[in-house]
Amino acid sequence: MGNVILETQHIVKQFPKVLANDDISIKLQEGEILCLLGENGAGKSTLMNVLYGLYQPTSGRILLDGRDVQFSSPRDAIDRGLGMVHQHFMLLDPFTVTENIILGAEPGRGPTIDYGAARRQVKELSDRYGLRIDPDAKIENLSVGLQQRVEILKALYRRARILILDEPTAVLTPQEVDEFFSVIRGLRESGVSIIIITHKLEEVRAISNRVYILRRGRVEGERETGNVTTAELANLMVGRSVVLTVERTPHEVQPEPVFEIEGLQVLDDRRIPAVQDLSLTVRPGEVVGIAGVDGNGQPELAEAIMGLRPVESGIIRHLGEDVAGVSTRDRIHRSISYVPADRHRYGLVLPFTVAENIALGYHDRSPNAYRGQLDYEGMNGNAADLIKRFDIRTSGPEAAAMQLSGGNQQKVILAREFSRKPTFLLVNQPTRGLDVGAIEYIHSEILAMRDKDVGILLISLELEEIFGLADRILVLYGGRIVRELLTDETNEKEVGLYMMGGKERSA
Amino acid sequence: MFTLEFLTNLLSATVRLSTPITLAAIGATICERSGIVNIAMEGIMIMGAFFAAIFAYTTGNPWIGLLAGVAFGGIYSLLHAFATVTLHLDHVVSGAVMNVLAFGITRFLMVLIIGHPGTTPAIPMGLGRYRFAIPILSDIPVIGRALFNQTPIVYLGFILVAFLTWFLFKTKTGLHIRAAGEHPLALETIGVSVYKMRYLGVFISGLASGLAGAYLSIEANVSFTEGMSAGRGFIALAAMISGGWHPIGAFLAALFFGFADALQVRFQVLRVVRLPEELFIVFPYLVTVIAVAGLVRRSRPPKAVGKDFMIERSED
Ligand SMILES: Nc1ncnc2c1ncn2[C@@H]1O[C@H](COP(=O)(O)OP(=O)(O)O)[C@@H](O)[C@H]1O
Ligand SMILES: [Mg+2]
Repeated sequence: MGNVILETQHIVKQFPKVLANDDISIKLQEGEILCLLGENGAGKSTLMNVLYGLYQPTSGRILLDGRDVQFSSPRDAIDRGLGMVHQHFMLLDPFTVTENIILGAEPGRGPTIDYGAARRQVKELSDRYGLRIDPDAKIENLSVGLQQRVEILKALYRRARILILDEPTAVLTPQEVDEFFSVIRGLRESGVSIIIITHKLEEVRAISNRVYILRRGRVEGERETGNVTTAELANLMVGRSVVLTVERTPHEVQPEPVFEIEGLQVLDDRRIPAVQDLSLTVRPGEVVGIAGVDGNGQPELAEAIMGLRPVESGIIRHLGEDVAGVSTRDRIHRSISYVPADRHRYGLVLPFTVAENIALGYHDRSPNAYRGQLDYEGMNGNAADLIKRFDIRTSGPEAAAMQLSGGNQQKVILAREFSRKPTFLLVNQPTRGLDVGAIEYIHSEILAMRDKDVGILLISLELEEIFGLADRILVLYGGRIVRELLTDETNEKEVGLYMMGGKERSA
Repeated sequence: MFTLEFLTNLLSATVRLSTPITLAAIGATICERSGIVNIAMEGIMIMGAFFAAIFAYTTGNPWIGLLAGVAFGGIYSLLHAFATVTLHLDHVVSGAVMNVLAFGITRFLMVLIIGHPGTTPAIPMGLGRYRFAIPILSDIPVIGRALFNQTPIVYLGFILVAFLTWFLFKTKTGLHIRAAGEHPLALETIGVSVYKMRYLGVFISGLASGLAGAYLSIEANVSFTEGMSAGRGFIALAAMISGGWHPIGAFLAALFFGFADALQVRFQVLRVVRLPEELFIVFPYLVTVIAVAGLVRRSRPPKAVGKDFMIERSED
């Protein structure tokens, strides 16, 4: 190790409203695995996209092999040996693996593509690096782990000698993460230099030689991972000392169930069963966590519970009454509350004010309405109280929801749902895309609701979150509950195994 | 009444009536595959028809008219590309403006060049006179005689259906166009310009719609009349959708409309049933609406069609 292969000097990237990178200088050494650690919004992806030629830096220099380079488009970066796997995969779903890998660098003379040669090259490549894949499979039929493999092959096909991976583990199960790490180490052995972006502290220690910590667009520090503690990394990342996991104190559960599902079957948009023969029970004062890899029926289950998607068969019981045929509105008024997974599409009306968003669903009654008309005074007053209680950082009840940061938007939803004295609470991915501070706050609010004897069903793709909050864990796989476990008697590895169908994985 | 003669004529008319729709629909297929919604075929067709007639009239050469129709269709469509790709305007708004604008421009130029609105003088020589039978193929009874004893742009239509299918599915550029309409950022991040592919997609549809216009004014007729596209651009849109965004599907859907149209004319003439004339005229349009309503749910549009693409923008 030793030679600096890639270097940024004083990179500044100013977006119209945000200064995303503020004087960033980092060095990548040949043959190392470098981590870039930072919270959401720290500017990691922006910096990598600047390196990759997708964004143009406002100022600053990029040096490759010690020489100044300017990438006016990703093409230039690719030509110079850079490859990047983006946070959100850049794959064409209805196309084959081969088509995705060769896109933009297709073999064949003249205008036509030589698909025979393309398949051979893809096969050869996947053999050489031990990244097994079916060249003819459609992307939409592949698991997320395999899709990631296609992305890596895409970069290798273009002979990348520097590989940038943006939050590669966010979508993987613990087993897949292990396998992914061994792939990455293999690539390093074959001479590829690697930058991995993450906001997970443990991973930094598991995989990298060195780490840069980014905060608010600036480099907060650089460490050898051999001699740094997780706590130190966390403090650098957040800028203050943080509690990494909110403590889940024991709490007594009421015996009479508040919410039950029996033999539920729900179809997805293509009319294929997404949830099958699913039964569960939630009692007041407990958090039941639904663990599972994305795409195993989570959204369909949540929508069925809220009456947003028809139920094919089965019973949904709230306080002893079947509500499967009850409208969403009536479910809400029966004291079922819902924190949806996608706060922008379903949780909020972004151009509406904070107060209006808090009133939604209860906008036809006091304090939000009076004699059939909206009562803005009452609405804003109520919102002002909740803004204080939930510590929402905003200029006031009349600020538009879209002006708030992600964490504060989520707090608006929490304020709305939690203030309605629910008996049952469905929480779907409550902290997706939020920073550590906001996560900490939201987790403690959810546990506070539990301690008030609310029955809570938590759906999350983050195992850490499930383990942090849930008393019981149900593993969802292929639309079925394949396993029920007590949090205190299991571990992430075991749950991860059931999340993949309970079998050792084969690629 | 259903003699072989009748069938041959019916099929032949089907092909002729569907030609402008086929051309516009396969062009639009390429355009939407690149991610740009195109409802401007009607206007582009009008421009193509007008310039084809004007050039054929002033030069006396219908082939020059054909080239002019194609060229002006292509040039005019670049306005749509500029509006949607470069200026990031809404695709439907731009398309609607393009249609209105085309009617305005042609009327203005009619008055300026010809001296009055309405219809241009007849061109000395129309492409309809260049009917030729393809040896051997045209000897096949019914089908062969209907398909292979036609005029130049009808043949061009056949060739273009095959060519654009090959282009879209077998060439590198075709793959890039499809990627631009499916997941543009994926294309951009492997180093191919989405803007270029979208300009190209719109331009190809402009050329094709221009050719469709030329067919109307200098092959099916011998003069340009204002409004002569008569909604065919929108029928082409329907054909593209019911054809599942595939050139061959669009072709078959256009043939279907042409068939309904040809049938309608014959029913009307033969007085098979006594109904008001208007009902006959509306028949093919009605059939199209029903076909689209039935098929549209099963065909999947390109995922990013109609979505603006800009690299440096806030994701949230
Ligand atoms: N294309 C863009 N246009 C405008 N602002 C952006 C864009 N991409 C990111 N940002 C903003 O820049 C900041 C840093 O974002 P990002 O680099 O994605 O952070 P990270 O990857 O560390 O989570 C955020 O405030 C984000 O909203
Ligand atoms: Mg990021």
